[in-house]
Amino acid sequence: MQDQRFSELRLAGIGRTFGAQAALRDLSLTIRGGEFIALLGPSGCGKSTALNCLAGLLPLTTGSIWLDDRRIDGLPPERRGFGMVFQNYALFPHMTVRDNIAFGLKMRKVPKSELLRRVDDVMRLVRLEDHAGKLPPQLSGGQQQRVAIARAIVYEPPVVLMDEPLSNLDAQLRLAMRTEIRRLHQTLHLTTIYVTHDQVEALSMADRLVVLREGIVQQVGTPDEVYGDPANRYVAGFMGYRNMLELDVARVTGTEAVVTGQGVRFTGRAFGQLETTRAVAAIRPEDIVVEAAGPNQVQVIAEVVEYHGHEMLVEARLPGGDPLFFRTEKRLAPGDATTVSVPTDRVLVYPADTPAALVEEVA
Amino acid sequence: MTVAATPEATAAIAARTGRPSLRHRLAERGIDRVLLLLVPGVLFLVLLFVYPFLYGLQLSFAPEQGGPLSNYQTFFSDPYLRDTIATTMWIGLPAALINVLASVPIAYQMRGRFRGKRTLTTLLVVPITLGTVLTAEGLIQYVGPSGWVNKFLRDFGLVDQPLILIHNYWGVFFSLVITGFPFAFLLVLSYLSGIDPTLEQAAASMGAGWRQRFRYVTLPLLAPGLAITFCLSFVLAFSVFPSANLVGDPSGSTRVIAIAAFHAAFEQYDYSMGSAIAMIMGAVMLAVIALVLGWRSTLYRGATGGKG
Repeated sequence: MQDQRFSELRLAGIGRTFGAQAALRDLSLTIRGGEFIALLGPSGCGKSTALNCLAGLLPLTTGSIWLDDRRIDGLPPERRGFGMVFQNYALFPHMTVRDNIAFGLKMRKVPKSELLRRVDDVMRLVRLEDHAGKLPPQLSGGQQQRVAIARAIVYEPPVVLMDEPLSNLDAQLRLAMRTEIRRLHQTLHLTTIYVTHDQVEALSMADRLVVLREGIVQQVGTPDEVYGDPANRYVAGFMGYRNMLELDVARVTGTEAVVTGQGVRFTGRAFGQLETTRAVAAIRPEDIVVEAAGPNQVQVIAEVVEYHGHEMLVEARLPGGDPLFFRTEKRLAPGDATTVSVPTDRVLVYPADTPAALVEEVA
Repeated sequence: MTVAATPEATAAIAARTGRPSLRHRLAERGIDRVLLLLVPGVLFLVLLFVYPFLYGLQLSFAPEQGGPLSNYQTFFSDPYLRDTIATTMWIGLPAALINVLASVPIAYQMRGRFRGKRTLTTLLVVPITLGTVLTAEGLIQYVGPSGWVNKFLRDFGLVDQPLILIHNYWGVFFSLVITGFPFAFLLVLSYLSGIDPTLEQAAASMGAGWRQRFRYVTLPLLAPGLAITFCLSFVLAFSVFPSANLVGDPSGSTRVIAIAAFHAAFEQYDYSMGSAIAMIMGAVMLAVIALVLGWRSTLYRGATGGKG
C-alpha cells in the first residue's frame, strides 16, 4: 500500500461568501491524519460549502488550507487528490461498476496489473464482486452507494470527503451503511470528513464533531463532549435537549445556577455568561426520572403519551403550563399526575440571548 | 358513452351489471379518451404529409414516356443529374459537421450558469431568425468582390486579386453555417445541460483534468445527442435551395439536387421527373441518417443524471 499518510490537515480561518451572504465564516480546524470528522448542522448551515471548499469545487473567499506544510487551497480538485462521495453518488452511468471504481487509478496512470488487483481488492472490501460488469442504473441504492465509496477510496486518498452519503437511502439501509462506513474507516484509517444533518449519524461515526450554524462554528469536540456538554443552547437543541425552559436566574454560584419560574425551581450547571436575568434550562427527555426522590422535583400532568417500544415518550404540563417532554418505562396514561426529578448535572443553564425561534427550529 | 361518467355513476353501473365499466375495460387495454386529442394532429399529418408523399411517390413511377422506372434510369444515367447527389453531399456533409463540431466547445463553455448567459445565447441564436435571402444579401455585401473583407485584405496588401467567396461553393457553405449553426448550438446546449454537472465534479475529484473529464465523461454521454444533432443539421443542409441560387453557382459547382428537382418540375414541367428526383433526395438523406443512427445505437444511451 502506497502511504498517503500525513500528520495534519489544517483549515486556517476559511470562509466563503456568495454575493453579500456569508455561507461559511472563519472556520479554523486542525484535523489529525486518520481522524473521522463530522460536520454537523441543519441545511444552510455551511457544512456542504465547507466540504466543497475542501474538495476544491468552490474557491475560498478567505483563509487557507494546509496539508502538513503544503498549502493546497489554490489547487484545482484534480490536483488535491482527495476522494469524494457525492450525495447523489454521481456515478458515471455509461461505465460499469469496475470502470467507475478504476477511474481514479486510470487517471493516475497506475499500471494495468496493479490497477486490476486494487480494483478487485476494493470491490471485495465493499462486497461488490458479483456486480463488477453491471452499469450503475442496474444497481440498488445501497449498491450504488458502495460503488461511490469504493470509487473514492480505491486510490487511497489522503482525505475522503463525504457529502450526506446516506441521505438517499431508506432507514434500514442507512443503519447498515453507517456501520459499513465506520468499519471501512477502522480498516483503512483514511482521514474522513463527513457532512450530515443527522446528529445520530454524526455521534455514532465520528471521532470529533464540528457543529455549524449559519456558517459559524458552534462547537468542536468528541461525541461525548458535544452530547454531554453542548457549548450553547443551539447545540443543545440539536443534540436532543428537547426541553428548553425559559426561566429567571435566581442565583449563580461558580458553575452552579438556580433558575425559577413556571412553578419550578431547578438547580443546574451554568454555561456561558449568565449575567442576564433570563436563562434557558435545557433538559433531555431521557434524563428525567419519574417517581423518584431526587433533586429538582416537580409535579406534572401527563397530556400526550407516545408508545416507543420499551419506553414511552410523554408530553406533560408543568405547573406554569409549559410542556415538559420525558421518556419513561412506567406506563402513564394521559391525565395522570406524577412527580419527576432531574439530576442537577443534567440541567444545563444557558443565557437566554439567542431567539428561541432559532432553537426550536432545529430541536 | 356520450357524456363523461362520474366515478360514482360508473361504479354504480359496474355494481349493477356485475362487470367493470367500459372506461375501466378500455383503460386495461391502454385506451384512454384523452387519446382523442391526437386526432387533429394525426389528420394534419396525413393530409399534409402522408398523402402528398404517397402521391409524389406514385407520380414518380408514372413518367410521360417509358416504363415505371424510366425516371430513375434517366437520373442515374445522366451525369448532369446524377452528379447533383455528390455536389449536395459535398456541401451538406461538411456544413453539418462544422456546425455540430463548432457547437460543442461553445456549448461546453456555456453549460454552467454565468452572468450574461441569456444575452449571449440570444446573440448566438439570432441568425436562425434571419431569412436565407437576408443572409445572402449580407454575404454579398460582406464577402463579395467589393465587400468589406476583400477591401480590408487588399488595403493591407494581403491579396492582389479579390478572394471569390460568393457565387461559388464557399458562398453556399457560409450561408449554411450562418443559418445552421444556431440550430445545432441550441440542440447541443440542451443535450449538455441534461448531463448532471456533479459527474464532472466527481471526475475532477478523482484526478481528471478538463481534457480527461471531457473525453471520458462528457463526450460519451453527449455523443448520442451529437448524432441526432448531426442528422437534423444534415437534413437542413442537404435540402439547400435558396442560398444555392442566391450566393452559389446554380448551374455549375452548386447545382444541388433540389435545383435539379425544381428545374425538372417547374422549368421543364415534367412533374413525374421532379417527383422522382425528390424521392431520390429523400432516399439519400434517409441512408445517411440510417448510417449515423446505426453508429449511435452502439453507444450508451441511458440516463445522463448522476444517480443512474
